[in-house]
Amino acid sequence: MADLAGDTDNLLRFRDDEAHDEPAITLDSFLNGQTNAGAVRLEAGDDARALLPSLEQLALVEVSFPSFRDGRGYSAARILREAGYAGELRAAGDVLVDQIPHMRRCGFDSFAPEAPVDSETLKRSLDRYDHHYQRAADAATPIWKLRHG
Amino acid sequence: MYQYDQYDQSMVDARVEEFRDQVKRRLAGQMTEDQFKPLRLMNGLYLQLHAYMLRVAVPYGTLSSRQMRMLGHIARKYDRGYGHFTTRQNLQFNWIKLEDAPDILAELATVEMHAIQTSGNCIRNISSDQFAGAAADEVTDPRPWAELLRQWSTFHPEFTYLPRKFKIAVIAAAEDRAAMRLHDIGIELLRKDGVLGAKIFVGGGMGRTPMISHEIRDFVTADELLSYLEACLRVYNRYGRRDNIYKARIKILLHELGPDEYRRQVEEEFAKVKTLGIDPPVAELERISAFFAPPAFETGLSDVVDRSDPDFAVWLDQNVKPHKQPGYAIVNISLKPVGGIPGDASADQIDVMADLGERYSFDELRVTHAQNIVLPHVRKADLYAVWQTLTEAGLAEANLDLISDIIACPGLDYCSLANARSIPLAQKIAERFKDLDRQRDLGELKLKISGCINACGHHHAGHIGILGVDKKGKENYQLSLGGSGAEDVSLAKITGPGFDEDGVVDAIERVTDRFVQVREPGERFLDTYRRVGFETFKEAIYG
Repeated sequence: MADLAGDTDNLLRFRDDEAHDEPAITLDSFLNGQTNAGAVRLEAGDDARALLPSLEQLALVEVSFPSFRDGRGYSAARILREAGYAGELRAAGDVLVDQIPHMRRCGFDSFAPEAPVDSETLKRSLDRYDHHYQRAADAATPIWKLRHG
Repeated sequence: MYQYDQYDQSMVDARVEEFRDQVKRRLAGQMTEDQFKPLRLMNGLYLQLHAYMLRVAVPYGTLSSRQMRMLGHIARKYDRGYGHFTTRQNLQFNWIKLEDAPDILAELATVEMHAIQTSGNCIRNISSDQFAGAAADEVTDPRPWAELLRQWSTFHPEFTYLPRKFKIAVIAAAEDRAAMRLHDIGIELLRKDGVLGAKIFVGGGMGRTPMISHEIRDFVTADELLSYLEACLRVYNRYGRRDNIYKARIKILLHELGPDEYRRQVEEEFAKVKTLGIDPPVAELERISAFFAPPAFETGLSDVVDRSDPDFAVWLDQNVKPHKQPGYAIVNISLKPVGGIPGDASADQIDVMADLGERYSFDELRVTHAQNIVLPHVRKADLYAVWQTLTEAGLAEANLDLISDIIACPGLDYCSLANARSIPLAQKIAERFKDLDRQRDLGELKLKISGCINACGHHHAGHIGILGVDKKGKENYQLSLGGSGAEDVSLAKITGPGFDEDGVVDAIERVTDRFVQVREPGERFLDTYRRVGFETFKEAIYG
């Protein structure tokens, strides 16, 4: 597992670069004025596609999870990664330890959960499955590919 | 039948350990019940009125005898000696202890079974035609496609926290035996210019707002099917309503956007998704299909069956269906004996059915959405022996598709959502119509009972549908007519004010009496209803 040290109490990062220190601005502010910002926060209902023309300049996209039941952010993450976004993609809010493996597969590489995550539980959880059925936004080779080469 | 390879097996084994870990953390107080709930639901574990209920997946309703025996074993060891087959072709155990659940899942994993995604706001068990591989009218066996979808949907990282549950059915015949048009996504396999592909319907469902699905794409080939479905699901995951649980199903999104706008958004998404390399090669569908190759049917068998035993002849006419292979037949085992609980089977009965499947049906059984069991490939020469064994086990009720072959949800006897009891009402109706000659004279008549507005008993799709409601603290039953979950799909219409339990049984009888008066030769109840109209029956009920 990558470095779990972060610059806030609950921040978990799976990246080697320095955490971006500029505060993330809202999508609305970004689109209507602060077009040179490097960090944007997407609320659950925001359209991630609005960021696609600006991916090159972004170092951090934070996706909000107002409730762990709200799964819109998983699609937002995949849309950004599928479009080639390589910067930090952070899941923030009501993020539970059992959800982090799926979020990793959707392309999130940093996490700011409201409640602290037990690191032993997280490690077990991330190591649980050797393979996955689907191709997603992570580097895992899908099982069908392993079967057929 | 499909057999797991090392990858499939390691997946279910890891899932058992994951759930064991989650239960341990819950019991140790490291998780709140609110946080644990979606995790246990994703594994089919519900907290019901009296105990935990565990729903075991039976993918596309197909079971081997070894798997069926395991269900009997679990019923004996961990439950009260019986199980309940569901309208989603699964099986539920109603008296489970939370601390036993991981061990049960471990036992299931030894026979390539699981409870993955039998609940929760995720893609549920893929359902299909119970006569797949045996039906004379199928274009292809739909089960390899359903297995492909099972694997794709298992732990799908993007679609595990959807706005609401998501049900997919796959069929490949003109006759729809899986209520395909009442699923979130319905897939009909067909040939176009010699190529096999899928017609996609989206936005069907029952519940409190029943809707029939819309055709969204007339054809998608196997090598792009998963991309297309990802596009369908992604539009739903992003834009399906999350503000109101009762408006969160995809049917509401389709209703609000309109099918044309939904289709446009899906096509836009599909154009991007199909370039990402998420579709397995056709070789994967071929690999899976090899497991579903027809069994080694004998050839040159006679189609003649000795009908000299009259009880056997009745069962033969009612419960046995034509098979595509000469000399073979499809046997339907009714789990609807008069006085019984629709869909329930004892552990001993489960074992009897497993033995019959092994001995007479190439080791295969099926679960139907009407809560019955099928032996798909029985030699006609063996039918009498099969019937005798079923008779001894109390499983030879000759009522398939008749008025006592009732679909009923568990209702207030088990379910924490229910407003009214379903099971005692089903028993009363079966008792009223217990004369089999009378039932057979009435002919095909699909009666379906739900104990609340969530419609688990498919009352919207009943030729006669009954909905239990709570009326000032008393159970009250609304009667509706004219629904169908088959290829002639339609939604039933409420007749008028509701009744108490005895009153609704009387009202049903007034409906069937009127049917007998006005029917024309060869008509089913539904045909007559559609010909003469709603008012004729409403007048019969209320005068």
